[in-house]
Amino acid sequence: MTARLKPRPFKQTTATAGAFAALLFLLASAFALPAFSQDWIRTGTGLGVEKVRLAVPDFKIATAGPATPPLQQVFDDVLWSDLANAGIFDMVSKSFYPLQTPGTPQELNVTAWGNPPPNASMVAFGNLGVSGADLQMQGWLFDAKNVSAPQVLGKQYKEPASKESARDIAHKFAAEIIFRLGGGIPAITDSKIFFISTRSGHKEVWEMDYDGANQHQITHLRSISLSPRISPSGDRLAFTTYAHGSPDIVIWSLELNRFLTFPKFGGTNASPAWSPDGTKLLFSSSRNGDPEIYIVDDNGAHLKRLTAYKGVDISPVWNPKTSGQIAWVSDRSGLPQIYIMDADGANVQRMTDGGYAVSPSWSPNGQFLLFSWSRKWGPGEPGGQDIYIMDIASRQWVQLTNQGRNDFPSWSPDGRHIVFQSNRSGSDQIWTMLADGSQQHQLTFTGSNTMPNWSWK
Amino acid sequence: MNASFLAGEDKVKHSRMKWITIVVALASLMLLASAGCKKKPAPAPPPPPPPPQPTASLTANPNSIERGQSTTLTWQTTNATDVTLEGIGAVQANGSEQVTPTESTTYRLVAKGAGGTQEATARVTVTAPPAPPPQVAAPSDEELFNQNIKDAFFDYDKSDIRPDAQQALMADAAFLQQHPNIRFTVEGHCDERGSTEYNLGLGDRRATAAKDFLVQQGVGADRIRTISYGKEKPFCTEHTEQCWQENRRAHLVFQH
Repeated sequence: MTARLKPRPFKQTTATAGAFAALLFLLASAFALPAFSQDWIRTGTGLGVEKVRLAVPDFKIATAGPATPPLQQVFDDVLWSDLANAGIFDMVSKSFYPLQTPGTPQELNVTAWGNPPPNASMVAFGNLGVSGADLQMQGWLFDAKNVSAPQVLGKQYKEPASKESARDIAHKFAAEIIFRLGGGIPAITDSKIFFISTRSGHKEVWEMDYDGANQHQITHLRSISLSPRISPSGDRLAFTTYAHGSPDIVIWSLELNRFLTFPKFGGTNASPAWSPDGTKLLFSSSRNGDPEIYIVDDNGAHLKRLTAYKGVDISPVWNPKTSGQIAWVSDRSGLPQIYIMDADGANVQRMTDGGYAVSPSWSPNGQFLLFSWSRKWGPGEPGGQDIYIMDIASRQWVQLTNQGRNDFPSWSPDGRHIVFQSNRSGSDQIWTMLADGSQQHQLTFTGSNTMPNWSWK
Repeated sequence: MNASFLAGEDKVKHSRMKWITIVVALASLMLLASAGCKKKPAPAPPPPPPPPQPTASLTANPNSIERGQSTTLTWQTTNATDVTLEGIGAVQANGSEQVTPTESTTYRLVAKGAGGTQEATARVTVTAPPAPPPQVAAPSDEELFNQNIKDAFFDYDKSDIRPDAQQALMADAAFLQQHPNIRFTVEGHCDERGSTEYNLGLGDRRATAAKDFLVQQGVGADRIRTISYGKEKPFCTEHTEQCWQENRRAHLVFQH
């Protein structure tokens, strides 16, 4: 077990090939390998299905008047962004589109879209307009290669006219397309990201849409608050706060707008994690003199300790697929490493072989761990701290970032995206990327923003 | 006029004077008779002797004092039935009283009697006492704590008490045993480089390690509270080894 693990080329062994095939297939169901020339990803070639070539022209304006164009602008931007970020499409550039904007099926020339230059597989199009107080939209998804029966789906929406509803309708329509073309995995267009921001002057919990829109403050404790974790049903937020003097875990109800009763355990209480059924919490507590992993009911009852090793034990997470295993960070061997164990504390296994490894996040399908790893760690060592993905069964890992200091990765509900914290822009900010490390882009820009947590749906 | 000196001329004058006196006396008698006095008036009784004047004297001894000191007023009166001393009230004819005026005062004694009123005064001068020499206040427990207590510093990712930290904590323990009433908090801190959550745990281990060491040295555990701040409350923010070391510490704080 002393050999340093490396990502092995596909050809080497059948077992490894199988593991990598599983790794990449599950990352995105229809997904051409990115043509990376970087040395640090050597993931083999020729695997996987090509991404769907999707054309999304601007929607046609259905009603005259000044109200529609600004809403159409928002709608088009959000629809394009949702589909481009979905990780399963190869978006056809608008410069290749036929000149006429189709607003209805009658106006769409299927062959013109299915042939070069656009050479699209699918076309999403439609019309929208403000009529009275409402914004109305009609949208279709057409298979451009199936001239005789091209319609895949047709939808209608009506909401009170506003930029928020234009954004909302775009999210819903994109979700339909992604669900239909993405192998039946629900889209993340309505999901939320919770994070810590200092922009109010204190570390508070904030929330935003998955694409970085609607960033707003949730807590107003004027203290230090850390590690926000949204419950599986999206109604409760667990986090650590110093608001009552020492670091305690508290549970905030987003529906009732108040704190729910939860005990103060004494010592340092940190890194809460919800069970997939929302009835229990894992967390780290030093109530007995040393930080250990505990499990407790969400009302504070039935507290039970799971680890018993002198040293820091912290940052636990459940396997969201099976609830049968837990991953966490322990420094029992020196620097912090990632470990997994059964949910009752048995079968402890160490996953990382050195360096400084923290912040595990378990994938929705149960097969992968994300974590933050600095593989050369120590005084004077050049310390690159990056997000890594590891296949749990094979222990094979892939490095996903290589700029700045990166930490706190969190899986999206569809298992295709990762949100994380990076200081590559000069300050700590929230970034997202696809699970293969591509399409990394920044979501926050004001203040210092850290510790993101993606909602469960 | 000595008759022996009288010359011839003077003798004539003298007899002429004698002649005038007789005429005037006769004239007076005639006037009195013509006034109609029928009978001779009785002679007036001699007036009784007037009552003696009261006397009063008042002295203050000493007549110059520092504020806060006292002086004794002493008075004597005679022939007085009603003696008052201003500021005190009615007093005996003779007496003394201790007073403590805060300002310079002129005391007035008023002695009234049948023969009249007599007053006496005595002035007492009050001076401000000299300023006391400036007194250095005894230092408070908190000041002593802040002057004497040293923090313990740690190595990279470590919570063990290294030799220099042992020295600091042993000296701290000696001080704390001399001041058994002092209670304090040990805060655990980390440098900026580690991960936020892990550093909460590491800070906790550092605070506990320092506390355990002090307890081993004889400081009562009930006097010591611990808290971890991870890397949330740094003492400096430079990205240098010096600042990082500055932040890797157990910080002792006086508890009120």
